[in-house]
Amino acid sequence: MSLTEKAVITKKATREAFGDEIVKLGKENKNIYVVDIDIGKSCKTGEFIKQLPNQHVNVGIAEQNGAGLAAGLATTGKIPFISTYAVFGSLRMAEQIRQEACYPNLNVKVACSHGGLTPGSDGGSHQAVEDMGVYRTMPNMTVIMGADYHSTRKLIEQAANTYGPMYLRFTRDAVPMIYDENEEFEIGKAKQLKDGNDVAIIANGDTVYLALQAAKQLEEEGISVKLLDMHTIKPLDRNAVVECLEIGKIVTVEDHNILNGLGSAVSEVVAEEGKGKVKRIGIQDRFGESAPYEKLMELNGITIENIVTSAKELLN
Amino acid sequence: MKEVSVAELQEKAIELRKTAITMIFEAQSGHPGGSLSAADIITALYFKEMNIDPQNPKWEDRDRFVLSKGHVAPIQYAALALRGFVSYENVYKLRQYGSPFQGHPDMKKCPGIDISTGSLGQGLSCGVGMALAGKRDEKDYRVFAMVGDGECQEGQIWEAVQTAVKYKLDNLIVFVDNNRLQIDGFCEEIMPLQDIEKKFEVFGFETKRIDGHSMEEIVQTLDEVTKAKNGKPKCIIADTIKGKGVSYMEDICSWHGVAPNEQEYEQALEELAGGLR
Repeated sequence: MSLTEKAVITKKATREAFGDEIVKLGKENKNIYVVDIDIGKSCKTGEFIKQLPNQHVNVGIAEQNGAGLAAGLATTGKIPFISTYAVFGSLRMAEQIRQEACYPNLNVKVACSHGGLTPGSDGGSHQAVEDMGVYRTMPNMTVIMGADYHSTRKLIEQAANTYGPMYLRFTRDAVPMIYDENEEFEIGKAKQLKDGNDVAIIANGDTVYLALQAAKQLEEEGISVKLLDMHTIKPLDRNAVVECLEIGKIVTVEDHNILNGLGSAVSEVVAEEGKGKVKRIGIQDRFGESAPYEKLMELNGITIENIVTSAKELLN
Repeated sequence: MKEVSVAELQEKAIELRKTAITMIFEAQSGHPGGSLSAADIITALYFKEMNIDPQNPKWEDRDRFVLSKGHVAPIQYAALALRGFVSYENVYKLRQYGSPFQGHPDMKKCPGIDISTGSLGQGLSCGVGMALAGKRDEKDYRVFAMVGDGECQEGQIWEAVQTAVKYKLDNLIVFVDNNRLQIDGFCEEIMPLQDIEKKFEVFGFETKRIDGHSMEEIVQTLDEVTKAKNGKPKCIIADTIKGKGVSYMEDICSWHGVAPNEQEYEQALEELAGGLR
């Protein structure tokens, strides 16, 4: 696929994708609302505030109320995007989203920057290691993390046009651009980046780029790799995982706790199918700390080298 | 708004109480105390004040009602059944499998429920969202919400209150069912609320304090506050008695969440037949 050959020099944080896409969506549809919890500047809603003030609400530093207010808006046909950081959007308002968005199945979107280890310097308090897992266990919820700027924009657009509560997670830090702006994405459907038959790598979010580089190295060594961008971990593209079982050896990669994220979701399918083996790469069930993002990834083994090594271990 | 006399509403409030108690007795489960303290306000809203259409429960211009203290669902269900949103037969199906009358209000299962509630402190925020949408869309509908006094111990209530003031939601009318009791005892002992009326006032609400069992006062106050388009959200502190109308339940904390037995049920119906004392 030609897109895998795309230059990877350009980097952009996927929170920028939210900031840009939500303005476009808001102009097209006056029912699109942004509910800010004070940190709009950081979550990139500035342009939306400027251009669409009548579709904007800022509740101040009050996540719980922001979530409930969004649910109230949704009952009147609005499509509110609550915008905050992943730790707060998944935990400080978790029960409100459960009770008032997921339980009544309202059209509320929780759109969060600072996913995973990307807010490196902020430290462990601000690095969301468990957010996708929290939402994965809530009935009716969809859980998404795009790999780069363009794919994230496409997924946000589709989220706006698809009914139901959804959690969308973005990076604070810049991550390499992988896809062309014309690439299409479907919520709940894995994006195949490479087809191969020795080992399968399933990654999501900011780790897709790492997985792509690892796949290239493996190929250079004569190992054929199937690579999937599993941007939606719920509903999981079960068929795509089952297809990987023809290979039977799967490495999962995520910037999230290895518990209850992508690796767990894939492992559940593999266990139920009763064949195949999985190696999970991700945050090692521990909190982050202040450090450069790349250093934190390294500390958790979320590196190109470890993906290559893990794939080879599975082959032996 | 319907033309209906105070006497008719008083009679209706008794019928609602009997219906709620019957529901809880049949289910042998539910919350009678708070259902009875809220009964008169709910009656005034559903049988006089609110512009609603039982044939079209999702009518977009309807007034909304948010029962933030969702555990007193039986009194709202009684209103919905008697107002024709759902068939009366459901009164015998409270908390049963497949029933629209879930343990706490469920908008997916019961017509006429504008938002699912049950976890205290959360409903008012939803009401603020509805009222804000009404303002932005230049609609005339009002949003009525009921919170418990014990519920006001939740911090989220005050987050919602400050937001209602910021966005000048004079289409939001909040009732505090001030029955002074919560599960573990008197609110004053569990966690004192101080002067709740003053609290709403300093946050920027227009406040009124009434006898929550005086139909005249409820109707008159609703008339006043709904006319005042002054950019201020409204709060009506309704002093009520938990269990009002059934002597052995009145002001007794343990009647928060238990069902009457057959003898108690008969006595309740008998007492209610005589009206409120």
